Amino acid sequence: MHLLKYGLVLTAVLANVVTNAQENAAALIKKVGAKIELVNNYTAEGKMKTYVAFLKVPVSAVKIYYKKPNQLKIKNERGISFVPKGAVSINLSSIINGEKYTTLDAGIDKIGNTSVRVVKLLPMDDNADIVLSTIYIDEANLVIKKAKTTTRENGSYQLDMTYGKYSSYGLPDKIIFTFNTKEYKLPKGITFDFDDGEAAKKSVPKGLNKNQGRAEITFDSYIINKGVSDGVF
Amino acid sequence: MNLMLQSVKDSFEFERTKAINGYFMCYIILNTLLVQLPILVALIAADSISGEANMGTLRLLITKPISRTQLIIVKFAAATIFTILLLVWMAITSLFFSLFIFGADDMLIFRSKGDESQILLISKDDVMWRYLAAFAYATVALTVIVALSLFLSIFADNSIGPIIATVCIVLVCTIISNINVPIIDKNVRPFLFTSYLVGWKGFFYIATTEDGVPIKGSVENWAAIRNSLSILLLHIGVLLGASVFVFRKKDILS
Repeated sequence: MHLLKYGLVLTAVLANVVTNAQENAAALIKKVGAKIELVNNYTAEGKMKTYVAFLKVPVSAVKIYYKKPNQLKIKNERGISFVPKGAVSINLSSIINGEKYTTLDAGIDKIGNTSVRVVKLLPMDDNADIVLSTIYIDEANLVIKKAKTTTRENGSYQLDMTYGKYSSYGLPDKIIFTFNTKEYKLPKGITFDFDDGEAAKKSVPKGLNKNQGRAEITFDSYIINKGVSDGVF
Repeated sequence: MNLMLQSVKDSFEFERTKAINGYFMCYIILNTLLVQLPILVALIAADSISGEANMGTLRLLITKPISRTQLIIVKFAAATIFTILLLVWMAITSLFFSLFIFGADDMLIFRSKGDESQILLISKDDVMWRYLAAFAYATVALTVIVALSLFLSIFADNSIGPIIATVCIVLVCTIISNINVPIIDKNVRPFLFTSYLVGWKGFFYIATTEDGVPIKGSVENWAAIRNSLSILLLHIGVLLGASVFVFRKKDILS
């Protein structure tokens, strides 16, 4: 009889702990979301490096325009840039203030020396493109350090963020965006290439496989909440 | 452009209007002229000796106080000057007109290398010198056609034969050198001069860092370009030498 009592109490305590954890995670997401919500729009200048096995592009100076709720545009004013399609997700607001989702606390993890809370977001809409988002939150500074998103149509992508002087707005100084690419093959015999007799160097960047790419955006400056014209998008 | 970027469009966004610029258009034009330019050169060079023979002025010409060697060299020089002028005109029309109409921007190069396909992006301020080098290389490449046409011209009494022969040789060799079969790649292609005519493209194959970032002002394989250029110059030397040798021995009856 005593054993049954203890069992019931333990179950109730565990259920309470789990519920509290989920509530805490949801509250944490709300806090981070509220911080991001402070930014209505911004124009940022930065440099973008793109690493994809088949794409040899130089580092480009880019301008990034954002406007609430989910408009984001990356432009190279001085030349051509290949912008990964999922890069719109670097707008963190679209991850945590977007669709309705269920929050799951997945414990504590470490990124570098920073302790982070891992939270999984499961969309409530069965037909949503995003299947699962896992976000790593620095609880002390209320910023997202890392986000992994799995989508139905566009594979999965990952964001790694480093913060500096704009962390009070939840805006990173550097973003590393890892994404999936398709294999690139030119139709045979249409380019009449010069054969220099050497085999192609396989230059897949470290930490990536040949169907993955990486874009690194280093932000030099932000102009926050000064307005962005709709014409930019 | 759509054909080249079919599988990239799903993963990347980019401004297509910027990609279709003067530099890119010129590159496409030069590709399509791969066969036409040798024909234009052959039309003039193949006529230089056989044309005189056809009009009956060749015998008269060699009675002048110049050696047969000098005559061949002068004919070769005249056809080479025509080739240079043709390329200068090409540069003006294909490059500068394209830049005038479409404007200048970064340049995209689509390339197959072995089993790999690549897209190279060259900054707009790093393109012009590549075109100048490419046109200089093309001058040497077309001078091989001049030397070949001149050589064939010695054997004929009318211009049609050497012109058609030159064009046929260029076409057949180009087709063979573009058949992507390993046995041809290894054993046949290196011995066809047409494999080296497209060496001008080497100036647009920009070298990259380990991470695949293009290095401004660089070329991926200078040695291959130098090697191709040497082979073309060797062809010019051998064909011109053969022309002089045959013409000096030839019994001129027309």
